[in-house]
Amino acid sequence: MSEAEQLEPRKLTYLAAITEGVSEVLKEQDNAFLAGEDVAGAGSVFGIFGGLLDEFGPKRVIDTPISEKGIIGLGVGASATGCRPIVDIMFMDFMGECMDEITNQMAKMRFMFGGAVNLPVTVTTMSGGGRNLAAQHSQCLEAWLAHLPGIKVVMPATPYDAKGLIIAATRDNNPVFVVLSKMLVAEEGEVPEGAYEVEIGKAAIAKEGGDFTIVAHGRMLHEALSAATQLKALGVDVEVIDPRSIQPFDTQTVIDSIKKTHRALVVHEAVQFGGIGGEIVAQIQELAFDYLDAPIGRLGAPFSPVPFSPVLENVYIPNADRIVEKVKETLGL
Amino acid sequence: MAKQPSKKALQEIHLNMVRIRRFEETAGRMAENGKIPGALHLYVGEEAVASGVMQHLTAKDQITSTHRGHGHLIAKGGVFKLMFAELFGKSTGYCGGKGGSMHVCDMNVGMLGANGIVGGGPPIAMGAAFSNKFRKTKDVAVCFFGDGASNEGSFHEAANMAALYKLPCLFVCENNGYGEYTKQANHQAIVDVADRAAGYGMPGVIVDGMDVMAVYEAAGEAVDQARKGGGPTLLEFKTYRFYDHVGVRGMGLTYRADEELEIWKARDPIDLFEKNLIDLKVMTQRKIDNVYAAVDAELEEAVEFAEQSPYPDPAELLDNVYWEEGA
Repeated sequence: MSEAEQLEPRKLTYLAAITEGVSEVLKEQDNAFLAGEDVAGAGSVFGIFGGLLDEFGPKRVIDTPISEKGIIGLGVGASATGCRPIVDIMFMDFMGECMDEITNQMAKMRFMFGGAVNLPVTVTTMSGGGRNLAAQHSQCLEAWLAHLPGIKVVMPATPYDAKGLIIAATRDNNPVFVVLSKMLVAEEGEVPEGAYEVEIGKAAIAKEGGDFTIVAHGRMLHEALSAATQLKALGVDVEVIDPRSIQPFDTQTVIDSIKKTHRALVVHEAVQFGGIGGEIVAQIQELAFDYLDAPIGRLGAPFSPVPFSPVLENVYIPNADRIVEKVKETLGL
Repeated sequence: MAKQPSKKALQEIHLNMVRIRRFEETAGRMAENGKIPGALHLYVGEEAVASGVMQHLTAKDQITSTHRGHGHLIAKGGVFKLMFAELFGKSTGYCGGKGGSMHVCDMNVGMLGANGIVGGGPPIAMGAAFSNKFRKTKDVAVCFFGDGASNEGSFHEAANMAALYKLPCLFVCENNGYGEYTKQANHQAIVDVADRAAGYGMPGVIVDGMDVMAVYEAAGEAVDQARKGGGPTLLEFKTYRFYDHVGVRGMGLTYRADEELEIWKARDPIDLFEKNLIDLKVMTQRKIDNVYAAVDAELEEAVEFAEQSPYPDPAELLDNVYWEEGA
């Protein structure tokens, strides 16, 4: 390593961090493989698995048919019998094709069998709108998954967390979904070389502040940070919390923040009704009601499928400006 | 041609068939008496399939089963005590009382679970077969499923992938003529589920599922083929459940004729096989009677064990939702 590299921390894109995370896993674990639609020859959409076929060969990086039930079944059956598979559902929207395998097999096999089996399987999938891919290639469905006892759900928002959570997911003996954000693929950030874990179930304080708490995951973290900068100019010092893990959810970090700020807004890209935000708000009011000086706000997508037209999609997806408006509303500014 | 079964193998097959029949009859009685909560889908009439196929499998070979799964577990080496305790909802059962009849499993003998979802098994068996090939073992994964499940997309995706990757996987269709309460002719336009094998580039074989020798022979060839790396086979066994979809009633059902049941009962797989065993001088009637007596004694002990066993402690409710370090 040159002197310059030692001084400058290495930066990678979110996309490269994903690839490197999977590569570390395949190097580290002999019984790991990656399987999914177009993961090998094409390196998947956006190229998140680019180069892995060349690095590890076709026995460990495997193109599957367009068969999501089969892909999840492959992950369940192989993980129950001594492998540690990573299986990819190209777009999160395609989970509709395999919700039985997720809900009725993967999530509850260990419980139903009284603990007789472990399923160390990782599922990667790409979520979110912003690329004009319309209603069937743009959803955030993490609430579906978080509602199922038996699986874990993480949503990395930074390159560092993408790599660290993928590695942590594959080392976990439970099924873990790593829900990636397609609008973040070009996002750059510091990523150490080699294998490291980001603890599943531990939130990050992305920005400290004393006046107001914003909880935002995935792509919305970046909108929240941008909103925090705007609010600073108005004299509001915002603390931004990135849950990183949706299931299990790190309630304590959120509560600790609210004890300091007394006000909060929960933001997610998913449809607001029935989204994970409702659960977070409920937990806050149960555990920290006495610390609150204002009702907790929520900001999610409107109750509609994701629209196609860029004009409509821009209105649909929550952004920094709307976060600022919601915060101002809560503060009576 | 598969090799002919030894005298010992024939006796083992017979024992398994009797074990399944008597277990199911006993379980049915217990359910009627209110000792077993929930629903029981009993395997009576289909014993030849599980017993004939399983004779070719080791404890390391895996199977996935169906909602009608007791017979598969018994033939794979399941223990009566642990099965009855599970059916009773007791803490000593296979799943600690968390699973019940539709989720009995035994990972030690490669039984990856009965399954309450029709078509739930094939993708999992395909995954296990992939794992066997990936880990370079010689083990085979077998999924049992019914004519009803052959209409589920999960079966088709699993069959396509098993054939594509040439996996050591067997697709065993127990065609009992009904998808739950609907006649085969009313749920699919084909007569032989085995026809579907051609669509995936694998052999499809139709076999008399009431003739355990025919089951044994067909399964033997398919298992050998899979073990040698020759890929999957779809075996269709024509069989019949003597009872209703759920429970023990066989006659007077709204959706099937008593005469149809009588025709199939005349070919009871155990009666046919016992006649064969006596003709071939493999067993005498006395030896056969002894098998029943021994099985019944074992059942009595198992029921006693289940009855004496404690129910789960409510504190165990959240155990095993997740794997936890040190738990």
